[in-house]
Amino acid sequence: MTLKLTYREAVRAALREALASDSRVFLMGEDVGRYGGAYACSKGLLEEFGPERVRDTPLSEAAFVGAGIGAALGGMRPIVEVMTVNFSLLALDQIVNNAATLRHMSGGQLSVPLVVRMATGGGRQLAAQHSHSLEGWYAHIPGIKVVAPATVADARGMLCLALREPDPVFIFEHAMLYPMEGELDEATVHLDLPRAAVRRPGTDVTMITYGGSLRKALEAADRLAEEGVEAEVLDLRSLRPLDTPSILVSIAKTHRALVVDEGWRTGSLAAEISAQIMEGAFYDLDGPVARVCSAEVPMPYAKHMEDAALPQPGAIVRAVQEMLARRG
Amino acid sequence: MTGAAAPAIRPDHVVPERIHALELLREMLRIRRFEEKAAELYTGGKIRGFLHLYIGEEAVAVGTMQALTAEDAIVATYREHGQALARGIPAGALMAEMYGKANGCSRGRGGSMHFFDVTRRFYGGHAIVGGGLPVAVGLALADTLQRRTRVTACFFGDGAVAEGEFHESLNLAALWKLPVLFLCENNLYAMGTALARHQAQTDLCRKAESYGLCAERADGMDVLAVEAATRRVAEAVRLGLGPHFLELQTYRFRAHSMYDPELYRTKDEVEQWKSRDPITTFAARLRDCRLLSEADLADLEAAVTAEIDDAVRVAEEGPWEPVEDLTRDVYTPVSRS
Repeated sequence: MTLKLTYREAVRAALREALASDSRVFLMGEDVGRYGGAYACSKGLLEEFGPERVRDTPLSEAAFVGAGIGAALGGMRPIVEVMTVNFSLLALDQIVNNAATLRHMSGGQLSVPLVVRMATGGGRQLAAQHSHSLEGWYAHIPGIKVVAPATVADARGMLCLALREPDPVFIFEHAMLYPMEGELDEATVHLDLPRAAVRRPGTDVTMITYGGSLRKALEAADRLAEEGVEAEVLDLRSLRPLDTPSILVSIAKTHRALVVDEGWRTGSLAAEISAQIMEGAFYDLDGPVARVCSAEVPMPYAKHMEDAALPQPGAIVRAVQEMLARRG
Repeated sequence: MTGAAAPAIRPDHVVPERIHALELLREMLRIRRFEEKAAELYTGGKIRGFLHLYIGEEAVAVGTMQALTAEDAIVATYREHGQALARGIPAGALMAEMYGKANGCSRGRGGSMHFFDVTRRFYGGHAIVGGGLPVAVGLALADTLQRRTRVTACFFGDGAVAEGEFHESLNLAALWKLPVLFLCENNLYAMGTALARHQAQTDLCRKAESYGLCAERADGMDVLAVEAATRRVAEAVRLGLGPHFLELQTYRFRAHSMYDPELYRTKDEVEQWKSRDPITTFAARLRDCRLLSEADLADLEAAVTAEIDDAVRVAEEGPWEPVEDLTRDVYTPVSRS
């Protein structure tokens, strides 16, 4: 059966299924209970599952993320919601020094099966303390896994897959995607967590992207198609580990690569992907890898300035046109 | 159970039961001799990295551990040799860990600051001050959610009270009435900064009470006082009366780490505290009660020396982890069908 629902509803459905199917699962975070979630992802779950399993926390990111780590060590399957990526910085000690290290540092004695979800990204005029895309930072850290569902189906499916992982998984939900509608086939078999997905096949250039930038890349690809340029759009889905083989396979076909990443360009995930392409597909390339990233500024509030700071379909189209113009 | 007004617990009138008393003495001696050997091996280059000695604070680890069962969990700090030994992790596994050997309790990945033993529910070995507290809260939350009656004992120093994680964790544990026993080892210095130089409120029990925890303090140089106080508060935690805070007033006789020139305290102060050495004072007390003879003490020392020698042998003979295993256990192996 095919359902039409929003990304937000898909997240909620996934949470509900997780709570219903495994008594070890519980959800905690700021305003996840009575308020229903800052992005309404957990609306109704408190009423359905009760305050023991849908737990409102104080504004204590370090304590409740750390408590998630401890509860995971103690046999639970916690889902921790951090309201937005900028707030997760208050829990970085727990994430980097504990969640990511405990297994290796204990010589393999411990596993931390923790799932942390948070909203990321700009586009809602929330300025410089609510709009950044820091998932690339998290993808830098060995010991954790980082995923970014870009579609309604992945919003539904990735949580369930994350809960099956024995190690910490960080799910970055782009805030602009919550109202996005999509179709969900209940019979869909979800792709493995670390696998990238070709969202649009093409032959002339590979666009490598994830999360909130996927829609922009697809829109740009549609515009390019009108000019007779067929772009392949690869949705990374997992940012750590990266599905490098899928990237290389696509480039072997298209011979051109453009990375679209809402993070800042310097030291970005886009930089890492570019390096991996250079290492693994240098001789397949017809030209240099290009990148469309966010402008290197704290996110401004004014709409026209925020738009200018973020990757946009127009900039993606132009970047591809420039690549093709260099064609010898 | 009030904070500032609570008298230090000094059950001097109590004559301990002999076998138990000798056990306490033996445990403290094990820690002292183990660390003296570790310091020597550090100087000799066998142990590297940071080495934070517990010497002077042995009564805290030994006294508190008496009140905990095998089911309880322990979260400790980077100065955790005492807790690990008192918890029963074999000295050889600890020494091997400090050597960096694969037969160490953390496979040589952690060193002195990161002892782990999941079979003994010893969850580290945390070297970020305050970083263990949220984890302890979570372990206790898991117990509560799974209807298990057990205690999570969380050790930290006076320096940790300055960290946000201390305040967040005490509040969360109290809010959710979780079975956490917060054990604050107040040795008066956050590395080299005296409590009064970094805290506006130096009464640590009052801080805990402000979050709704029952708080008390005990003389951390007196193993019987530590044991009695910990038994009392651990029992309250076990009964479901919510988290408790116990401040153990103690002193480290050695430098913060092997690199510390100790410019921040006087030799007189150190000597005064050394006159309250938890081992010599307890041994003297036992002699006064005719519970300990010189022959008993000699036997204890001989047994401890043999154990430490054996631990060094285990470490010396232990294998190095093969370099090929460098990235093993960054993630948990999963079989994907």
